[in-house]
Amino acid sequence: MSDQPEMIRVEAVSKSFTLHNQGSVRLPVFRDVNFSVRAGEVLVLAGASGAGKSSLLRILYGNYLPSSGRIEIRHDGSMVDIASALPRTILEVRRRTLGFVSQFLRVIPRVSALDIVRDPLLARGVDPAEATERAGAMLARLNLPERLWALAPATFSGGEQQRVNIARSFVDPSPVMLIDEPTASLDARNRDVVVDLIAEARSRGSAIVGIFHDESVRERVATRWLDITHFRAAADAA
Amino acid sequence: MNALVSPTALQGTLRPILSARSVSRFYGERIGCAEVSFDLWPGEVLGIVGESGSGKSTLLRCLSGIDRPDAGEVLFEATPGADFLEIFDLPEQDRRHLMRTAWGIVHQNPRDGLRMDVSAGGNVGERLMDRGDRHYGRIREAATEWLTRVEIEAARIDDRPRQFSGGMQQRLQIARVLVSNPRLVFMDEPTGGLDVSVQARLLDLLRVLVRDLGLAAIIVTHDLAVARLLTDRLMVMKDGRVVEAGLTDQVLDDPQHAYTQLLTSAVLAV
Ligand SMILES: Nc1ncnc2c1ncn2[C@@H]1O[C@H](COP(=O)(O)OP(=O)(O)OP(=O)(O)O)[C@@H](O)[C@H]1O
Ligand SMILES: Nc1ncnc2c1ncn2[C@@H]1O[C@H](COP(=O)(O)OP(=O)(O)OP(=O)(O)O)[C@@H](O)[C@H]1O
Ligand SMILES: [Mg+2]
Ligand SMILES: [Mg+2]
Repeated sequence: MSDQPEMIRVEAVSKSFTLHNQGSVRLPVFRDVNFSVRAGEVLVLAGASGAGKSSLLRILYGNYLPSSGRIEIRHDGSMVDIASALPRTILEVRRRTLGFVSQFLRVIPRVSALDIVRDPLLARGVDPAEATERAGAMLARLNLPERLWALAPATFSGGEQQRVNIARSFVDPSPVMLIDEPTASLDARNRDVVVDLIAEARSRGSAIVGIFHDESVRERVATRWLDITHFRAAADAA
Repeated sequence: MNALVSPTALQGTLRPILSARSVSRFYGERIGCAEVSFDLWPGEVLGIVGESGSGKSTLLRCLSGIDRPDAGEVLFEATPGADFLEIFDLPEQDRRHLMRTAWGIVHQNPRDGLRMDVSAGGNVGERLMDRGDRHYGRIREAATEWLTRVEIEAARIDDRPRQFSGGMQQRLQIARVLVSNPRLVFMDEPTGGLDVSVQARLLDLLRVLVRDLGLAAIIVTHDLAVARLLTDRLMVMKDGRVVEAGLTDQVLDDPQHAYTQLLTSAVLAV
């Protein structure tokens, strides 16, 4: 594995929130987090509820700002620091390199399930006919009934929406994937599909950082672990 | 957080299309907007948010050439690779021409952007004539195509805007602005004053058009859900000044400034 390139390099990342409208209380979350992830690895984040797993994942995506530190993501062969990059650079890194699988689908009015899944393929220049075919195959694999494909997911059940979300993320796995509890609202059969999809993305060389509620899922996908409670003690002591 | 990312977003472009440098405008003693600086890149959609009276419209009027700033510069690249123009250094007539051809302005009130006594087709076609198009058949064809694109039936091409609903008038205004193929579009509360269901349709239309045309746009809104859906970047204004700026989902999900925290906490689930 160590001959694979480093895709993520996290250096001395700290995070605290300042709640200006609640007496400017400062909430330290973690301090001085360091790790790197190579292509083909799945790093599982562990730690109690509130330890900061989701916050760390969001920082890697550029969705939260770190209080200090660097987050380097390999994009087009060179490292880009997400913490200091311009918005347009972050969007470009997200478009081609960095994917986020959230727990919930953010529904866009009037856009069908199939189009939601096709979208990342089109954004990467895949021919529309091929994109439709691959999107359909992915929805079928996640057992989403075909009668739903042409509908906007606003009225779908939680599990159906989540499968659309997962299909969108795995239809063309990004070189770096960040995954926050993707299986929470899924039944066992679909959970197994997700485990397979993660394994396939990994074997295609994706570097993955994930948070998984379900212990059996965690055990099956992890190649390495990071318990972030470890870094929390440091924050509390500060 | 997973808003659709624009495919045309900004690759390989080396220069901003618009550059604001310390733009300020005062109304007597009162600040309209102060010391606003930013670069906008081709294909990028910038949102301006902030409470009523924070200076959003004042800034947009300066950026779009309507009102002259009291200090600062607005630089614009009229065609790809051309030299930057300081738009307020241009003779009035040239600036007006630029405003009609190279960029578009969508007003909150469609009455400010439409000619109410001219047919729908005429409203759209007029912009092509501004650009020097004289072929009647082609102009009518383009007008029909744009009406269809903004979901107005072609059969209504000879109706006047006053016979249209508010949502239709707003869509017509958008067609009038986009038909001339602008590089940059300014919108002040494009969905303000419309019913929620009409808003959703208009928003979806705007989202698709901005994305397909690879437009650069600056959108003023007080609606953070609109900002999340349509914009790549946000500037948050308070008392005429920019207090926070950054990637849209970051500013909304992890706001740093006290005022932005207030603004985002006042709204449920954007
Ligand atoms: N945007 C935010 N603003 C303020 N505080 C936040 C924000 N996001 C997270 N926090 C706080 O940061 C801490 C860590 O939260 P986070 O969601 O990262 O934990 P987690 O480890 O993912 O927990 P869980 O396992 O319950 O999902 C919590 O105290 C939380 O309230
Ligand atoms: N023509 C004018 N004469 C005097 N003062 C003005 C004028 N236009 C705006 N102002 C003042 O400048 C400040 C900024 O106004 P502006 O219209 O830019 O706010 P805004 O952010 O667009 O508000 P809204 O969300 O209500 O449209 C306000 O204090 C306003 O009263
Ligand atoms: Mg979490
Ligand atoms: Mg205004």
